[in-house]
Amino acid sequence: MTDGLRGKVAIAGIGNTRRWHAPGRSAYDQLEEASFLALEDCGLTLGDVDALYCAHSTSGLPVLNVAERLGLGPNLRHADGTMVGGASFLFHMRSAVSALNAGQCDVALICYGSNQASAGGRLVPMPDPQPYEAPYKPRYPISSYALAAARHMHSYGTTREQLAEVALAARAWAQMNPDAQERGPLTLGDVLGARMVSDPLSKADCCLVTDGGAALVLTRGDRARDLARPPVHILGTGVAVSHRQIAQMPDLTTSAAAISGPAALREAGLGIKDVDHAMLYDAFTICTLMFLEDLGFCAKGEGGDFVASGAIAPGGALPVNTNGGGLSCNHPGMYGLFTVLEAVTQLRGDAGARQVAGAEVALAHANGGVLSSQATAILGTAATI
Amino acid sequence: MMPEDPRFDGPGPDARWQAALSEGVFTIQHCDACGAAQFPPAVTCRACHGGALSMVSASGKGAVYSTTTVRSREGAHNVSIIELAEGPRMMASVEGDPEAVRIGQAVTARVAPGEPPMVVFAAEGAE
Repeated sequence: MTDGLRGKVAIAGIGNTRRWHAPGRSAYDQLEEASFLALEDCGLTLGDVDALYCAHSTSGLPVLNVAERLGLGPNLRHADGTMVGGASFLFHMRSAVSALNAGQCDVALICYGSNQASAGGRLVPMPDPQPYEAPYKPRYPISSYALAAARHMHSYGTTREQLAEVALAARAWAQMNPDAQERGPLTLGDVLGARMVSDPLSKADCCLVTDGGAALVLTRGDRARDLARPPVHILGTGVAVSHRQIAQMPDLTTSAAAISGPAALREAGLGIKDVDHAMLYDAFTICTLMFLEDLGFCAKGEGGDFVASGAIAPGGALPVNTNGGGLSCNHPGMYGLFTVLEAVTQLRGDAGARQVAGAEVALAHANGGVLSSQATAILGTAATI
Repeated sequence: MMPEDPRFDGPGPDARWQAALSEGVFTIQHCDACGAAQFPPAVTCRACHGGALSMVSASGKGAVYSTTTVRSREGAHNVSIIELAEGPRMMASVEGDPEAVRIGQAVTARVAPGEPPMVVFAAEGAE
């Protein structure tokens, strides 16, 4: 059915501003620089773009703002401003794959920028009142993730020490990435002793708050082969939506990654054991642990033991969040695109000291809202086609 | 001009829920077709997708499904997810010492007056 889409579209170019604290630059400045870099990376220009995909936490009309700013309007043949939080950009990838395959466009730009750190230093959620939750004053979004973590601990005996292992693994990878913001030493004691924010999650269980800009250029695979960089093929994508408010999540210990992951693997014709490298959106330590389980890297309830074994840290069996993740590299409000940037960097063999030897298949997984939207992409080198 | 469909006349479900709460009554919905209990309220049933729902008084009985203590300079307060005896879950707070709230604990609802009034829970057997 969907097997026909496998590998037909490729990521031809990537752009990353690497500006995690950039006072004086707007979100659109970050987005535009990243878009320019991504097009330059593959030898194209903004004049070649005929499809635009973007989402913002500060604008309900992202496509209009970006199309005007980048001068894309006259050439646009396809666009999608789906906003499902940090996973939006992987939803956009799926949309772009369909449009490119249908011949509705030829060069798709997926882009994002944020100045949330320099503009205020905290996550700025878009106005979206939740009258059945707001009166109880949960801290958004951490309390929602804390409720999921507390239930996971209750059901499976997961411990704060095991959650801390996620933060320690991310930091160990970050120390091999010159672009990572936090590269200093971090101990188990540091994580466990950090200020508690919403039990059982402390400040050290939370992602960074940074600025940043990221962009991808997608074309059909045949065209990508003629461009400047080795194409990274999109072998499969899967998306899933389960709730808006955390109290309405069907099972607080299982996310809809259990739907998006298998869907993406089915489209790719691969199994989870074929994945050499994984990027799992780590807004909080509990996210990495749950997604390892929900995607099938380990059984439900065994995520704690899995991370405590050292499996996801440098030298472990499964390299996860090799850029340092949202916990130690960067997290500009919506981080989804950065999971794909690092996966592409690894599959191109460009990851330097943190390079995963022989990586051919990467899984990029993004989360949005409060474990609300989940999207998975399976990417592969030319050898996988 | 076509008349509006009388099945959906009157205030919407959110407004009716708030109006009942203002009278001190905690309500949930009951599906006339499949019998499912539903919260938060909506026009259609999320279980069978039918369009006929009644607003009924909740039993007020439930159990803590998950819980967190939210900490700030102003102090600490409880935020929990309560699984109602009828089935649906809701966010709420459990009164008393936030650190004493436990997953699985039986709780009972009351409507705390205020602007807006709120459904809050107390541990069973507590004052």
